[in-house]
Amino acid sequence: MWQSLVDSIHNLIPWFDGGLADVVIILIKGLALIFPLIIAMAYMTYAERKVIGFMQLRIGPNRVGPLGLLQPFADVFKMMFKEIIFPTKSNIYLFLLAPILAFVPAVAVWAVVPFGEGFYIANLDVSLLYVMAIGSVGVYGIVLAGWASNSKYPLLGALRSTALLISYELVIGFVIVTVVMIASSVNLNTVVEKQAGGILNWYWIPLFPMMIVFWIGALVETNRAPFDVVEGESEIVGGTHVEYSGMPFALFFMAEYFNMIFMAMLAVLLFFGGWHSPFEGIPLLEDWFEFVPDLFWLLFKMSFFLFLYFWIRASFPRFRYDQIMRLCWKIFLPLTIVWIFVVALMTQLHIGPWF
Amino acid sequence: MEFSSILFYVFSFFFIVSSIMMITSRNTAKAALFLILTFFSAASLWLLLEAEFLAITLILIYVGAVMVLFMFVIKMLDTDKSTLRAQFTRYLPLGIFVSIIVIAQMVLVLNAGQFDLAMTGVPEKHDASYSNITAIAEQLYTLYVYPFELAAILLLIAIIAAITLVHRNESRSKKQNISEQINVQAKDRMRMASIKPKSAKESK
Repeated sequence: MWQSLVDSIHNLIPWFDGGLADVVIILIKGLALIFPLIIAMAYMTYAERKVIGFMQLRIGPNRVGPLGLLQPFADVFKMMFKEIIFPTKSNIYLFLLAPILAFVPAVAVWAVVPFGEGFYIANLDVSLLYVMAIGSVGVYGIVLAGWASNSKYPLLGALRSTALLISYELVIGFVIVTVVMIASSVNLNTVVEKQAGGILNWYWIPLFPMMIVFWIGALVETNRAPFDVVEGESEIVGGTHVEYSGMPFALFFMAEYFNMIFMAMLAVLLFFGGWHSPFEGIPLLEDWFEFVPDLFWLLFKMSFFLFLYFWIRASFPRFRYDQIMRLCWKIFLPLTIVWIFVVALMTQLHIGPWF
Repeated sequence: MEFSSILFYVFSFFFIVSSIMMITSRNTAKAALFLILTFFSAASLWLLLEAEFLAITLILIYVGAVMVLFMFVIKMLDTDKSTLRAQFTRYLPLGIFVSIIVIAQMVLVLNAGQFDLAMTGVPEKHDASYSNITAIAEQLYTLYVYPFELAAILLLIAIIAAITLVHRNESRSKKQNISEQINVQAKDRMRMASIKPKSAKESK
C-alpha cells in the first residue's frame, strides 16, 4: 500500500526526475511521525501528573473529561490563547528564535530512529553521530533564551545549564563510543540488529555501568529532576523560561518532552535491543509471544524508561549545581574513559558476550 | 535541471548571504548566529557531495561545541557599541591590506589549474551502501596513523597547558572535600561532656 502511494505521488509530481515527489514523500513521513509524537507528549504530561500524584498520595488531574483524560487538551488551549509578553529592551527576533531553536532539533533527531525492521524515515549511515550533532544544537535554545530575555534569572539559568549540557554531552559521547565499539557500526539500525536474540544478547549486560551513566546523563540532558537546574524554581524563579508565556513557552515545554521521549528511545535502542522481543531464542516463550508486533516491544520498553523519569522525579531531591559538575568531571568521565579501554581490550582479544 | 542542483543553489545562497551578514552584523550575538547558519549550509553542501561523515562532524564540533563557547563569551561581554565603533577605523588600513593578500593568494591558488575537473576527474557516485566513515577510518588508522597520533598528543599538551595556566597560583577559593564530608562520623563532630550539675548551695 505504501509503495502504491509512493508511485502515485511520483506520477502526480513528475518534475525534476521525481526529486520534488521525494520531498513530498519525506514531508508525509514526517507528519506521520510528528502527530503521534505530539499526542504522546500531551499524554505524557498527564501520566506524569497522575504518577507523581499517586506517589504523593494525591489523585492528580481528574476534572476535565473522564479520569481527567482531556486535561492535556485543556492545557493546550490555555497555552494557545495566552498573551505573549515581550520584556522591554529584549531583542524580539532572538527572543522568538530561541524557542524555535529548542524545538526544531528535538523533532529533527527523530528522523533516524528505527521503529522496526526496515521501518524508519532515514537510514543514515552515521545516524548515531547525527543524533549527537543535532542533540547538541538544542543548547542554543537555552543560550539564546537566557541572553535575549534581558533579565537576570534567565541569564543565570542559561549560563549554568549550558555549562552542564556541554559537560554531560562529553559523557554521553563516550558512552556511545563504547556501544559503537561493540557493534562496530555508527548506524542505529545496525546497532539494534546486532542485539538480536533475546534479553541476554542486549548490550545492557556487557555495558551495565555505561547504561547507568547514560541514563543519568540523559536526565541531565533533558533537564529533568533531580538535575533540573535550568529551571530550579527554588533558586532562580523559573530559569530561562521566566520571561516566556503562551506558545513560546509551550514550544520549550514540548521540546523538553520530545527530548525526554527521545532519550528513553535512545536508551532502548542502544542497550535494550530496540524492537527485538526479549524472548527471542527461548524455546516456549518465543512461540507464545510470536504474535506481538515489533513496534509494541519498542514502545513497551520505552514506556518503562518514561515511567523511570517520573519515578526518579518523585523520589529524589534536587542536586546542588557544583555536585552535578563534580559527578560529571570527576566520576563519570574517568569511569567512561576506563571502560572504553576495557571494551577496546575485550573486543581486540575477542572476550565477552559479543562477537 | 536535476533536483540536487536546485538544492545546491538554495544552500549556496544561504551560505553566501549568511556569511555576508555575519561580517556586516553589528550585534555580536547575531553575527555568531549567522556563523552557525553558515556552518549548517556548508554541512548541507558537503552532504550533497556524499561526504556525510565530514558534514555531521562539522555540525557536531563547530556548531555543537565551539560556537556554544563563543556564545558563552558573548554573553559575558559588555556590549557597548560606542567603544566598538571608535576602534573600527583605526584598524581599517591594516584590515584592507590583509584582505588584499588573502584574496590574491586565493586567486593564485584557484587559478593554478590544480582544481580543474580535467586534472582530478569527476568523482564517481557511490550507491547507498557505501560507507564514508569506514573509508576515512581506514586511511586515518593505517596510512596516516602517525600524523593522527601526533595531532592527538598536541591537543593533549594544549589541554594540560590550559589547566596549568589556571592552577599556577595557589587558589584562594574555598573548596569542599566531599568524600571527607560524606565519611564524617558523629564522634568527629560531637563531643559528649559529662558536667556535674551544681547544687543550689554551691552557686550561692
